[in-house]
Amino acid sequence: MLDQYIGVLFTFVIGAVVVGVMVSASALLGGRRRTPVKDEVFECGNPSSGPARGRFSVQFYLVAILFIVFDVEVVFLYPWAIVFRELGVPGLVAMGVFLAILTIGLLYEWKRGTLVWE
Amino acid sequence: MGTFAFLLLAALLIGSALTVILHPNPVKSAMALVATLFLLAIVFVLLGAHMIAVLQIIVYTGAIMVLFLFVIMLLNLGDEEAATEWRRRVVLRGLAGTVGGIVALQLVRLIAGAPLGRMVDAPEGYGGAVLVARSLFTDYVLPFELTGLLLLVAVIGPVVLAQRGGR
Amino acid sequence: MWTDVGIAFAKAFAAFMLILNMSAVLLWVERKGSALIQDRIGANRANIFGGLLPFNLGFINTLLADPIKLLMKEDAIPEGADRTLHFLAPFLAVFPVFVTFAAMPFGDVLIVGGREINLQVAALDVGILYVLAMSSLAVYGVVLGGWATNSRWSLLGAVRGSAQMISYELALGLALVAAVMTYGTLDMQAIARAQGEHLGGVLPLWGVIYQPVAFLILLIAGIAESKRVPFDLPEGESELIAGYFTEYSGMKQATFMLSDFAETVVVAGLAATLFFGAWQVPFLARDGWHLPGGLFLAMPHLAVVGLQVAAFTLKVFLLCCFQILVRWSLPRYRYDQLMDLGWKFLLPLALANVVVTAVVIVLWAS
Repeated sequence: MLDQYIGVLFTFVIGAVVVGVMVSASALLGGRRRTPVKDEVFECGNPSSGPARGRFSVQFYLVAILFIVFDVEVVFLYPWAIVFRELGVPGLVAMGVFLAILTIGLLYEWKRGTLVWE
Repeated sequence: MGTFAFLLLAALLIGSALTVILHPNPVKSAMALVATLFLLAIVFVLLGAHMIAVLQIIVYTGAIMVLFLFVIMLLNLGDEEAATEWRRRVVLRGLAGTVGGIVALQLVRLIAGAPLGRMVDAPEGYGGAVLVARSLFTDYVLPFELTGLLLLVAVIGPVVLAQRGGR
Repeated sequence: MWTDVGIAFAKAFAAFMLILNMSAVLLWVERKGSALIQDRIGANRANIFGGLLPFNLGFINTLLADPIKLLMKEDAIPEGADRTLHFLAPFLAVFPVFVTFAAMPFGDVLIVGGREINLQVAALDVGILYVLAMSSLAVYGVVLGGWATNSRWSLLGAVRGSAQMISYELALGLALVAAVMTYGTLDMQAIARAQGEHLGGVLPLWGVIYQPVAFLILLIAGIAESKRVPFDLPEGESELIAGYFTEYSGMKQATFMLSDFAETVVVAGLAATLFFGAWQVPFLARDGWHLPGGLFLAMPHLAVVGLQVAAFTLKVFLLCCFQILVRWSLPRYRYDQLMDLGWKFLLPLALANVVVTAVVIVLWAS
């Protein structure tokens, strides 16, 4: 089994080299003439409206947290998807309970309005 | 060959872990943590636990660290304070380093001194998807369901906390 | 042992070339195809040596000229931007996507000199999870891309983009769960081989027949993951300039654009492998053609392998063309519509699909 990962290793190495060369190519080959205008951030010609750091809507955090929770759910579904035939109906019930619990969570979020974007 | 690979991996791991704690920029610190977790997954692969390795990348590196990054970026956490408070920083780091060092030393003593157990052959397919799946849904069904409840709490909790302040 | 290592390297290299060249071809298809759809000619101004040569390579001129131009552009990094992250962002946008191809089978087996070579870079028994894991890493390219440039508008595009990507990753994962349930394995080569049956000796039993809903969800979620139209708000071509990759010039920008096509190819590859029989050619088995009506035509081994690899490439290409067609046909989704689609429609639909599939299979088996 482990020897299969040699292929993965090679893919990683080739990928890293190719992409690394691509990304650094301009830095090496391109010209280098710094002017003050080039240093500014592009805002369709408007003068810069300030640094990028500022507060953002709390909704993004909630999406990230919901994503984690449901990602873990999906991660539990995969092993089950492989063996559920052997487990028969008891396995179906076990996973069903789990899915039901999390569906309650999803419905709660839905009703609460977390999934609504302004 | 295997030892060399492991030593290289261990060196990279320690390097990125140190970057996590020592780098002043929080975003780079978080990215170093991403690298650490990814390297850890590779260690899992070397130990034969492929399933857990891939699941670690999906959940930890792919989901939880994204949340970390969101928090760091959107909260606009700046770099660590500059020179004015270096004394405090040195004291705190010294304290944390000493405590951490003592714990690590005790751990090493524990592991080094533990008697070598009986070596058993790992079953065929150890660490693979099927064995993990089977044991998860037969021996460990109850913890599995409890995890579901824990996840439910994780879903409801942040919303309650977030909207208590806002509304 | 060294032969094995050499073979592994050759396979990795070949798979890499496949995805890289496919991306280049797709660029061509995208520009000329969109021109065709929009009733215009498309880029045709590039010339080699000002037309001195007696032949004209047509569109190839543009394909050659663009990368050269991009290579020579200055790598402009705005003031206050972080140099390391500015390099890391395009790297992380593309590298994980390229790497997913290690798990995809592009052929059955190649028997050379008594050696049976599995035409898959790595026969991982957790193949599908590996693909999902690597795709989930692509979010970092977007997130860092917006942050590294110290630009408020890039950051907004990046945060929206990453929120979009993670939302649709769920639907994608769930759709694949249904496919895994049908075949009972995560090994992609095993799934490909399992699609060789024919219904009544005539209809090829590809995955799409068992799981049409999962295929649709995969397609929609996949297009959303690669942030293509109709889901390209984070890129916002007419709004946020180029969204999260505005402040990248030269090859870094080219790398971000490449990530778009690379993801398209990966989604097409996944769909082809799980739902359209990967390298399976209808009626073709390892030894030859088994046509309906009992006719059997023996085929030399290399011809079979060639046909199978060609079939895989063709299927991936067609699915990519379909995605390009979708891009130039549909208007852009508004962001809240986009998130609604991901969380309130695709996620419940995928869950329902999993439940229904489970019940059906368990009840049928008993």
